[in-house]
Amino acid sequence: MSHSLSINKRTGIWDWLTTVDHKKIGIMYLAAAGLFFVIGGIEAFLMRLQLMYPNNDLFVGSTFNQLMTMHGTTMIFFVAMPAIFGFMNAVVPLQIGARDVAFPFLNSLGFWLFFLGGILLNVSWFAGGAPEGGWTAYAPLSSSSLYTGTGLDYYVLGLQISGAGSLMGGINFLVTIINMRAPGMTFMRMPLFTWTSFVISALILFAFPPLTVGLFLMFFDRLFDANFFDPTGGGNVVIWEHLFWIFGHPEVYILVLPAFGIFSEVIPTFSKKRLFGYHSMVFATVLIGFLGFMVWVHHMFTVGLGPLANSIFAVATMAIAVPTGIKIFNWLFTLWGGQIRFTTANIFALGFIPSFVMGGVTGVMLAMAPADFQFQDSYFVVAHFHYVILGGTVFGLFAGLYYWWPKIFGRMLNETLGKWHFWLFFIGFHITFFPQHLLGVWGMPRRVFTYLPNQGLDTGNFISTVGAFFMGAAVIVFLFNVIWTTKRGERAVNDPWDGRSLEWSISSPAPEYNFAQIPQIRGLDAYWVEKMAGNKEMKPSEPLGEIHMPSPSILPLIMSLGLFISSFGFIYHNYYIAGAGLLITFACMFIRSIKDDHGYHIKPDEMSERDRGITA
Amino acid sequence: MIGIGEHVKSTLPPEPEKATLEGKNKFLAFWFFLGGETVLFGSLFAVFLALRSQTLSGPGAEDLFRLPVVFLATIILLTSSMTSVLAIMAMHRNDLRMMQIWFLVTVVLGLAFLGLEVYEFAEYLNEGLGYTTSAFASAFYTLVGFHGAHVLFGVLWISTLLLKSKQKGINVVTAPKYFVASLYWHFVDVVWVFIFTVVYLMGKVG
Repeated sequence: MSHSLSINKRTGIWDWLTTVDHKKIGIMYLAAAGLFFVIGGIEAFLMRLQLMYPNNDLFVGSTFNQLMTMHGTTMIFFVAMPAIFGFMNAVVPLQIGARDVAFPFLNSLGFWLFFLGGILLNVSWFAGGAPEGGWTAYAPLSSSSLYTGTGLDYYVLGLQISGAGSLMGGINFLVTIINMRAPGMTFMRMPLFTWTSFVISALILFAFPPLTVGLFLMFFDRLFDANFFDPTGGGNVVIWEHLFWIFGHPEVYILVLPAFGIFSEVIPTFSKKRLFGYHSMVFATVLIGFLGFMVWVHHMFTVGLGPLANSIFAVATMAIAVPTGIKIFNWLFTLWGGQIRFTTANIFALGFIPSFVMGGVTGVMLAMAPADFQFQDSYFVVAHFHYVILGGTVFGLFAGLYYWWPKIFGRMLNETLGKWHFWLFFIGFHITFFPQHLLGVWGMPRRVFTYLPNQGLDTGNFISTVGAFFMGAAVIVFLFNVIWTTKRGERAVNDPWDGRSLEWSISSPAPEYNFAQIPQIRGLDAYWVEKMAGNKEMKPSEPLGEIHMPSPSILPLIMSLGLFISSFGFIYHNYYIAGAGLLITFACMFIRSIKDDHGYHIKPDEMSERDRGITA
Repeated sequence: MIGIGEHVKSTLPPEPEKATLEGKNKFLAFWFFLGGETVLFGSLFAVFLALRSQTLSGPGAEDLFRLPVVFLATIILLTSSMTSVLAIMAMHRNDLRMMQIWFLVTVVLGLAFLGLEVYEFAEYLNEGLGYTTSAFASAFYTLVGFHGAHVLFGVLWISTLLLKSKQKGINVVTAPKYFVASLYWHFVDVVWVFIFTVVYLMGKVG
């Protein structure tokens, strides 16, 4: 062992910029997602203000289109995705008893690519206007410079950069979960959150390349006057729709499955029962993941692909309700007869169940192709996807935050404020989006910035905007909770919730090496098994020894900055800057490739006494 | 378990690329990466197939493609796949010298292939097929160009590995790197087989 010297501890901002520790990267993902959540939320709020009254002229035309596009793009790509990656980073290695993810360097690179991609997209606000093609950026509106300014270039490149980061994250977690599980942690003993992370990593791996291709084609159309989406040059705009939705439909399962995983952790913990139907939950997760790829055409029923295609995709779409229904009933049966504790995390899970079921029902309504011809592009669709994405993913993210906050930060979030947060958010959510179903059925199209008075749309829109105020207040309560408890919050013990899975068996926050000794897993709900057997902690599977750690590195940040700089070169057609940026990235890859990085070792006497199993 | 940075000089384990956890991770991750790449090329093929008859008034596949040149390029690339196999076989025998030689041959063949591709593109350009001529042109240059960029990346990658190979030798740390580079090279060749079939043969006779 020639490299047993510990490296100097890095501190402050430099530590965060160079870290390859998955727990710190998880925190950075969550913080960045929080920042973008506030931005995307303000955009949504401004849109609702504009639609509060008929003939309002607060944000009209292009400005409204920009708000709408940026709200959708931000919330999907820069809030929900990174928040999920944040939880995966913070929790998955702990749940499977691993010291780290498979590729710590790549993990850091994935984060910086996502973050700089998001910054790039938001720079567009200050550089001649944000994209205004909708988050789906349908061609030819988006692919031709006739219609749009530089905003869409920012969209294309911002998503391309952050998409590369997501792909890396997906591969990283697939390998981590397959190769780095602790002894005894078989696939059928993995906690459900790890299972959903595993399935969505596979979805990311196969869903993002079509988006990459679509974005490249759009990029070439815009930059080099290619003809992919230009009908006068022989191109075909439907190709964009296919590529986008082959990615876009699995994407919504990428967003919602981890939320299902979170609920499957939260509900058993706070019902003091094991998850009902664990095996069917795993099966349903895999099945939803598989079917997610089979249904993209339901976004294109009105394109004109014919009744046969529409029927097949309609049936496939409705089929997804079956495994989802299995999950809902399993959660209900888990609650049944349990000792339910109404913590904030749990009430978010409980609030999710009826909200998401409503979203699911409208989903089946939309899946009927003939009915979809009526619903299409109406506010009914807006109501549906907010019911599933907010009622599913966002409720899940909040439940996860309250649940894992002590493990991630070592402090408890305040429960009273948490309950205020939940009720304001839950009530606001339904006030905002329930009337939108009716507005849609009454004839209000989506993507419009105003409507005429006295056509039956005034009251519904007014109520909807009132709901947005509630949700805004809820988020302010939550942010206050975060700030206040960071300073004054109660310190978290190792296992504040009487948890069942492995992460609760180590200290809060987890030490940088996670487990002083890799534990031996003896069943599903590994920690609970030990607790029931009368043991206070996990049995180790190895003697105490030196732990090998990867070295921190600034290269991931510089590599991502190279692409960031290069993007400006492409947007403003300055190929020197574009080339220089790419050169920076390739130089970093070269350095990484030829320079050996042996990491460093942590010796047993550098570990805390508790982690070494010395209990006072 | 053998940690990073330990050099096994005298004997190699039977599969040095999978002897450590780091190696196993790299090996598996790379197969997944190739899975993603397959979808990427699959999408590009789909786009090409959808647009291949959209030549407008520009030249089309039958007017342009010269099968002898493409056939030569195919032979060169397939041969390079074989030489990269020979390099990995030398690696398994712990024969650094032969591994370097076979990788070098692979790189040279890769460069020859790229040379032919540049020549081919220049010819088509002369005959009036610019990137913006038609949707067919855009789809053709993008699909084949993406593959060409992959070949170029592979050449640079293997060259970088060769650069330090004498100093670092063959051990459980470097073996996974050589191994995945050769996997990548095979993948790029396999994609070319599909391009040869779908773009060139089907363009001429399909």
